[in-house]
Amino acid sequence: MDPAFITPFIASIQNVFSTMMQLSVNIGDPRIKDTPGTTYDVSGIIGMSGDVVGSVVLSFPASTASRLVSLFTGTEMKSDNPDFPDAIGELANMVSGNAKGMFSGKRKVQISVPNVVIGPNHTVARPRDIPCIVIPCVTDCGDFVVEVCIQERPANAAAAPVAAAAKA
Amino acid sequence: MKILLVDDSKTMRNIQKSVLAQLGYTTIEEACDGQDALSKVNAFQPDLMLVDWNMPNMDGLTFVKTYRQMNKLTPIIMVTTESEKARVIEAIKAGVNNYVIKPFTPDLLSQRINETLHRKAS
Repeated sequence: MDPAFITPFIASIQNVFSTMMQLSVNIGDPRIKDTPGTTYDVSGIIGMSGDVVGSVVLSFPASTASRLVSLFTGTEMKSDNPDFPDAIGELANMVSGNAKGMFSGKRKVQISVPNVVIGPNHTVARPRDIPCIVIPCVTDCGDFVVEVCIQERPANAAAAPVAAAAKA
Repeated sequence: MKILLVDDSKTMRNIQKSVLAQLGYTTIEEACDGQDALSKVNAFQPDLMLVDWNMPNMDGLTFVKTYRQMNKLTPIIMVTTESEKARVIEAIKAGVNNYVIKPFTPDLLSQRINETLHRKAS
C-alpha cells in the first residue's frame, strides 16, 4: 500500500472526532495487520472503488463504541439501540470520505454507503492481495482502530472488462 | 420556514435538526434518500433543503438534477463528505446553492443556512 494513503486517514480521524465530538485522538504507530478478523466487536465498514479499491473498517470495543456514539448523538446509547449502527456508519462515512478528499487528487474514487457489524469475533473479508494497515487510536472514551486496506486499482483491472466484452 | 432534510443517516438528520431548532426552525420533513425526497417534496413544498450526496436508491446529485427540472428557486445546501473541487463544481452546476463538508460544527452549518437564506431574500 502506498504510505501516502495513511496520513490522510490519520488527519481525517482527528478532524472528524474533534469537530463532531470535541474529542482529541492520539494516534499510535500504524502496523501491518497480520491476523484475520477485525480487532474489536463493532465494525463500521466502507468500501472504495474506482481508481482506488479496497475497504476501510473502524473497529471499536462495544463499550468504547457506546461512549463515542453517546457523545456523537448527544443521547445515551448502547449497541442494542436501533439507531446505534447508523451512528457508527456515519462515523465511518465521515472518516473515509474526509480521507478520500485528501488523497484522491485527480483519481476518481467512490465510497460506498456504510455497513455495520456488531458482535464479537466477526471477520470482515478483504482481498488477499491488498495489505491492511491498522491505525491505533486512543481517546478519553477508549481505544479503537482504523483498518485501512486500499490500493491503486491494478492496471490490468481496467483492461479486464474490455477483454470480457470482446469475448462476448 | 419549512425545511426538508435528505440524508440516509438518521444520526446526521438529528444533528441537523438540532442546529435548525437552535435557529428557530422546527417545521422539518425528513427523507432517507433521493427517491424518498422526490416523493415528499411536492406535498411538503420546502423553503430550504439540506441534501447529502452518497445515499442508496437515488444519490443527492441525481435528486438535485431531477428536482431542478421542476423547481429552480428553492435553495439547496449540499451537506456531504465529498470535498474535491471537481465534485463541488459538479454540485453547483447541478443547481446547489451552498455546500457544507462533513464533519461540520453547528456554528458552520448555522452560518451556511443563514447566508443561503439571506441570499435568497435579496
